[in-house]
This record gives sequence, structure tokens and C-alpha cells, in this order.
Amino acid sequence: MKIRNNIAVSETGFVFDPNSGDSFTLNETGKQILNMLSEGKTGSEIKHFFIENFEVEVTTFENNFSEFLMMLQGLNLVEE
Amino acid sequence: MTTKKRYERPIITKINAGVTDKFGMRPKMPIISKIEGVAITDIIAKYGSPAFVISEKTIRKTYNEAKRAFSTRYPNVQFAWSYKTNYLDAVCQIFHSEGAWAEVVSGFEYDKAIANGIPGNKILFNGPDKSKDDLIKAVENGAFIHLDHFDELYELLSIADTSKKRPKVAIRVNMDTGVYPLWDRFGFNYENGEAWNALNRIMLSEKMDLVGLHTHIGTYMMTPDPYAVAASKLAELAVRVDKKYNHKIKYIDMGGGFASKNTLKGAYLPGKDTCPSFDQYAEAITNALINSELDPNKMPTLFLETGRALIDDAGYLVGTVLANKRLSNGRRSMIVDVGVNMLFTSFWYEHEIYPVKEVSANAEDTTIYGPLCMNIDVIRDVIKFPLLQKDDNYVIKRIGAYNMTQWMQFITLRPNIVLIDINGNTHIIREKETNESLTSHERVPAYLK
Amino acid sequence: MKPKYTIAVTSLNNTDNPGAGVPVIRGLREAKSFDVRIIGLVYENLEPGIYMENVADKIYQIPYPSAGSDVFMERIEYIHSKENIDVIIPNFDAELFTFMKSEHVLKDMGIKTFLPTIKQFEERHKSELPEFGKKYGFDIPFSKTITNLSDIKNLQYEFNYPVLVKGKFYDAYLAYTPEQVIEFFNKISSKWGVPVIIQEFIKGTEVNVIALGDGKGNTIGSVPMRKQYITDKGKAWGGITLGDKNLMKITKDLIKKTKWKGGMELEFIKTQENKYYIIEINPRIPAWVYLAVGAGQNLPEALVKLALGENVEPFKSYDVGKMFVRYSQDIIADISVFEKLSMIGEL
Repeated sequence: MKIRNNIAVSETGFVFDPNSGDSFTLNETGKQILNMLSEGKTGSEIKHFFIENFEVEVTTFENNFSEFLMMLQGLNLVEE
Repeated sequence: MTTKKRYERPIITKINAGVTDKFGMRPKMPIISKIEGVAITDIIAKYGSPAFVISEKTIRKTYNEAKRAFSTRYPNVQFAWSYKTNYLDAVCQIFHSEGAWAEVVSGFEYDKAIANGIPGNKILFNGPDKSKDDLIKAVENGAFIHLDHFDELYELLSIADTSKKRPKVAIRVNMDTGVYPLWDRFGFNYENGEAWNALNRIMLSEKMDLVGLHTHIGTYMMTPDPYAVAASKLAELAVRVDKKYNHKIKYIDMGGGFASKNTLKGAYLPGKDTCPSFDQYAEAITNALINSELDPNKMPTLFLETGRALIDDAGYLVGTVLANKRLSNGRRSMIVDVGVNMLFTSFWYEHEIYPVKEVSANAEDTTIYGPLCMNIDVIRDVIKFPLLQKDDNYVIKRIGAYNMTQWMQFITLRPNIVLIDINGNTHIIREKETNESLTSHERVPAYLK
Repeated sequence: MKPKYTIAVTSLNNTDNPGAGVPVIRGLREAKSFDVRIIGLVYENLEPGIYMENVADKIYQIPYPSAGSDVFMERIEYIHSKENIDVIIPNFDAELFTFMKSEHVLKDMGIKTFLPTIKQFEERHKSELPEFGKKYGFDIPFSKTITNLSDIKNLQYEFNYPVLVKGKFYDAYLAYTPEQVIEFFNKISSKWGVPVIIQEFIKGTEVNVIALGDGKGNTIGSVPMRKQYITDKGKAWGGITLGDKNLMKITKDLIKKTKWKGGMELEFIKTQENKYYIIEINPRIPAWVYLAVGAGQNLPEALVKLALGENVEPFKSYDVGKMFVRYSQDIIADISVFEKLSMIGEL
């Protein structure tokens, strides 16, 4: 899954979608994921990064990650 | 080895670009990790989830605040603990140890008060449902019987014929105090002369002692003014009785109905900002009595039966998040292990609910559902809530009134109720139910076995 | 040399349903007796005053009062620690109660206000107006508060249709049938809660007065105005100052009897028979305050001086026949401004 290339994430976690005109905020983990997706990282790379660096169980992260991706899809921020 | 970073569920939230409407920037939600110094996670580990928690310290503090508010303004004040608000024996005993009498509204509550060691002459017996046996018992024990209707008055007169003791009675008066809705289903009406009529019948019967006048004007009164109106009207009745029969009323009972600091559904400002303080209620009531025609040398005792405002703050519900899910419209929903079967008051309050451990400022609009398989099981319709995960704990504040009496055993069993004493020790004051506690009351006819 | 004060002003929502923040600031910037540094306090990230030139020197987002006065005051305290505010002028109805309740907390921080007392605020509530009229001797349309839909069917016994259906803080609709009352009740109660007020509809011309009371019974200033053009939201699009002596008399009388403290707006219906019914008392400066400034009474300036404890001489006159016409204009802004406010809450 890839973030649409005209989507930019600012330092503060602010996202502006030039296609729809909507803006969004991300929390720290959300920002991290969005940036990694923009860099073209795969789902499993992202998962490993989080398990290595954050206090989180694998199942919890997988669960949250797939929900987050569904939200990004729902908001039309990703391209297949 | 490097320490890992704190994790939070990733979220993305649309910024609603808007002009002024009523909800906007919300600051970070505070957390409550301890109740009276006891860690909530420890309470859950020891007593299970969910659990009711009651703070003895808060009960005593609140009681003394109320007492101070009234007794600094009026010479003789007596509180009577409203059993229906919370009749756990341990809770009642705390109030009684502070000097509160008992205010009961059924034979069941009456017997509970007696079993708690309260003598009949410190029990106010209210309510429309007092059986003949209840009345006989109350007369024998010298309890104060608050008459609700004429049928009861006549029944008591016939009991008085055969009893060795004279019944001690008050009448409950309902009246227009300018509030809506008008509570006219209890007692005798003031405006149409029914109350005055009842008083005359009692006095002319010469079979009972008219000792008091009682009213209970409504519930969750957000302004103290109606109490002033009610107190003036009761004072006026007392003065009339004195003029006509040269008989002094011993007490005026203003009932209850004081609001706690909860926020009613539909209210814009939170209850903690808008609900009157004990001082404001006391000011309204005592000014009305002091400025009335009552004989200043023989002022009647002022009775108060406030329940909710004395116990709500002392009660907490602690529990655990069962699951998070997304509703079809994208809104987050969170399922918790406390439902409306235990938190009856969530039908009319926007209960305050807090995380137990540190959270970030991020929050999402969330609907909080209870665990019941019932559509009505909603704890909060919408609340900007931090990103709790499954198995995280939460605490619901200010639930001490009515929930532990109006609760239902439905789908799940009722949990432990834990008291934190003045020294921070915890005690179970009501054991959690087991299947046995319910099935022991059931009987299966032999042919079905 | 003129002193310079830091003044925080709320409600920069200069939309077609405007708050008074921006015109109050215009008045303050034209004050003859002091200079100002303006701190704009906003609830939403699109309030036009945020983006307008020469309105606020600094912007802070604040939480709505519905979050509770404790968190609200925490935010004000933070802003005060950065800006050292001398005076706050709140202009949003729903926040007034919180500010009045916190008057002492603000005072202890060193922030002055000049607000009505809680008693003055409470007794002029739309739902309390009939009582207010009785107590002080003013004509008020008959009204009743309702808290649920089942009350609506009984209205026919006490009212003739049409009736006005009004919200606790804002909004008023004219309903010709019980069905319309139901519709407006739902609309209003979902936004502003209950009670909803049902008011007798008085036929006549609406006239308004802006006034400032010193809290001792004196009227420091007052200017009457008739709306010349009304938007579909019921707001004035254009208005003109009037020379109606009766209006001034009633206003002075009301301020004297109530010892009104602070800014206010009185809304009247003047009937064919020259009777003046008070239909609303708003306990704050109205959005058309700049007309009063233009007509010679800088009421925001006077209010700040009163807040600072200075002696203020009442205004003796104003220009009759001064007009205001509202206009709308597009401001061009960059999304970075929007981002900064949305993410950090200050600008």
C-alpha cells in the first residue's frame, strides 16, 4: 500500500490532501506509519520497526495497523 | 539495550474547519489512577473488574460540608439518611455514625434501619406504600410517620384506636414552587387546601400527635429558589396550626432533591459549574424559615433528607475496556465491562469517565457501549476519549447515588462493592454475586427435572 | 504619553451570524485614551478575525466552556503567563457564565473584567424575562419555557399562533403551527439544550439599544438603533441610529433599577400604539457596537476604563441618523496559518 504522492506530512503531524481539500492530524505513531508508507516501506517492515522500537505486542500492533490502513483507505489517502 | 518508546494506537483525525459552534478544542483529558491513595489497578487485581468503589472519607467530608452549611445558618438541624439512595448497610452505618437518622420509604427499608441499630424514634417513614403491619410497627416503635394520602390517614386513625401508643405523624405537602414538572403525586396539595384539610383532621381527631410538616419538591433541582418558596409555604402552615390549635409543629422536613455535580443530558455547561452548592440551598431554605412568621424562640427543627448530593461523589465504578471497533460511519466505539444494568444513571447523566494510566493528548470522538447484548446499553453517546486499548482500565466518577439500589441483575452478575476506609484499607461491603446467589431462589417443579 | 493595555477579546467570528469581537477590537484600536495590544481568543480555526489584518496581535485557541470552568481557566492562565493580560472582554453568550463565575480567579491572576453579576445575568434569562418585567415594571411578551415535546400540544390554551420559539442562548424562529413548533424545538434543543422558550408574538417594529452600565445605576452610554435590513438569520445587515427619547428613558430606568454592570443590548418591539415590549436582554456588547463608536460613543473604550477602575463620565450625546452597512469580503490566507492554529493552538 502506498500513500498518494501529493500527500505531504508536516513535522507537526498535519496532513493536507490537495485532491479533496481536507486536512487531518496524526498522532506520533500515525505520523510514523504514514512517513514509512511514503518512503515505500512494506507492511512487514513497518511492523518490525514498531515491535523493535515501541512497547507493543505483535497482535495488538497488527490489529491497530490494519485498522489504521483501513482508515487511510476510507479517507482516500492511499493508492493501491 | 535501548528502552522502547511508549506506544499509542495510530490514528488520523479529520480537522473540522469551522466557525464558532459549541464544541471545539478540548484539552488533554486528565487521568485518575488512584482513589483515596489506592491504585485502581490494584483494586481491579484484587477485587475483579468491574467493581464499585466507595470512599468513606468522601462520604464523611461531604456530610460535614452539608451539615456545616445548614447548622451555621439555622439553630437546630437534623439530617436523615435517604435509604433508597444507597442502602448498603456499611454506607448507612457511616451516615448514622455521623449522626444522621434514617429516612425510609418501605417496610423493607424500615426493617433495614432497625437492623442497623436505629431506634424507631430516629426513623422518618415516608412513601405511599406502608402496609398495615408496617404502620402498626412504626407506631409501636415511635417512628415518625409521614402521611401520604387520606386512605393512610384513616387507616392510621383506626390503628390508633387499639394501640397503646399515640402515632407521631407529619403530612407530606406538595405544592407549586415555580418548577416544572410539579410533583403533585405525593402527599397533600397546598394550593387547593387539601394539606390544610388533612392537618385539621389530624388535630380534630385528637388521636395522634402532629409533629411535623414534610415536602419533597422534586429531584435534581438546579436552582435553590424553589426551596425558599416551599419552606415559606410550610412555615405558613405551621403558623396556621399554631394559631388555630395553639400547637407547635416540632419539625419542618424539606426532603431532598439537591443536585450532585453530575451533568444532565442536554445541558451545555457541566454540572460541576452550574449545580448549586450546599451553601446556596441552605441560604435559600434557612432565610425563608427565619424570615417567616414562625416564633423565633421556638423554631422547629429543620430536617433534611438529601441523598444524592451526599453520596454521589463518594462512588466510583472501575472497569476494563473489552474492545474497540469502528462503526459504519467511521466513528470509534469502545465496549467496556460496565453496562446500564449497573450504571442506571447513564440514562440521564453524561457520566465523567477517565483513563487510569497516562495517555497522550490525542483523542477521538467515541461512543462507549456497555457489554450487554442490548441496543440501549450506551454509557456515553459521544465523548472525545483518549485511545485506550483492550484490557486498559477506566474509572467512572460520581456514581454513588441510586446505582447500587436501582441496579438490575441482567445478563451479567453484579460485581463486588469495595469500601476504602479512612486509613486507605479496602473492604468488600457487598460480595459479588455467583450463579448460586440467584439459583438458590429458584425452584424447578419436579416434573421438569 | 498614552498607556498601553493588553486586552484579550473573544468571538472573532465575523460571519453572517457575527460575534462582537472584531467590532469591539476596532473600537479599542480607535481609543483616544490608551493604546492596545490585542489578544484574540478563538474557539474555531476559521473565525475570520484570525485572518483579518490589524485585528489581533496574537491569537490563542481556547476550549469551549462546556469542557468545564477548570480546564477553561487553566488555558486562560497559560495565555496570561505569556501575555500578561490587563482586561478580558468576553463576547460569546455561552461563555459568559463561566467568566462571571471565575471573576475572582481572574482578579487574583491580575486580569480585570467588567461583567454583570450572576444575579443580573440570571434574572434576565429569556425564561425569566416575564418575572423580570413584573419585578422592575417593564412590558414583556407572555412566554413559557418547555422542556419536552409533550408540552407543545398544551400551548394552544395559552398562546395564539404564530409564536416565537427561542433557544436558551441563540436562535429564534416564528412558528405558525404546532408542527412547526416541534420542528424548531428539535432544532434548537439539539443545539442549545433545554429549556426552549415559547414567546407571544408581538406585532410591531424591532428596535435595539446598546448600553453600558457602571454597576452603580448610572448609564455611561446608550445608543438606539433600528435594523434596516435583516438577514435570513435575523441579524442586522444595515441599521441606523434613532433619536427616540422613550427608548433612552426606558434604558436608563432599567440600568438604574437593576444597577446593571457592563455592556448590554436591549431588544424591543415597539407597537403601533407606541408601547415598548422588551423581548430580550443580552448581557454583553452586541455585534453592531461599532455603530455606537461611529455615532460618537466609544463604549468598548469606556468599558475598559471601567474595568481598570477609572472614573468614566457618561456620554452626553450621539449622532442620530448614522448608519452601518455590513459587507463581506474574501480574505486570502495560506494553509500554513490554518495548520499552525490547528496543530499548536496559537498564532
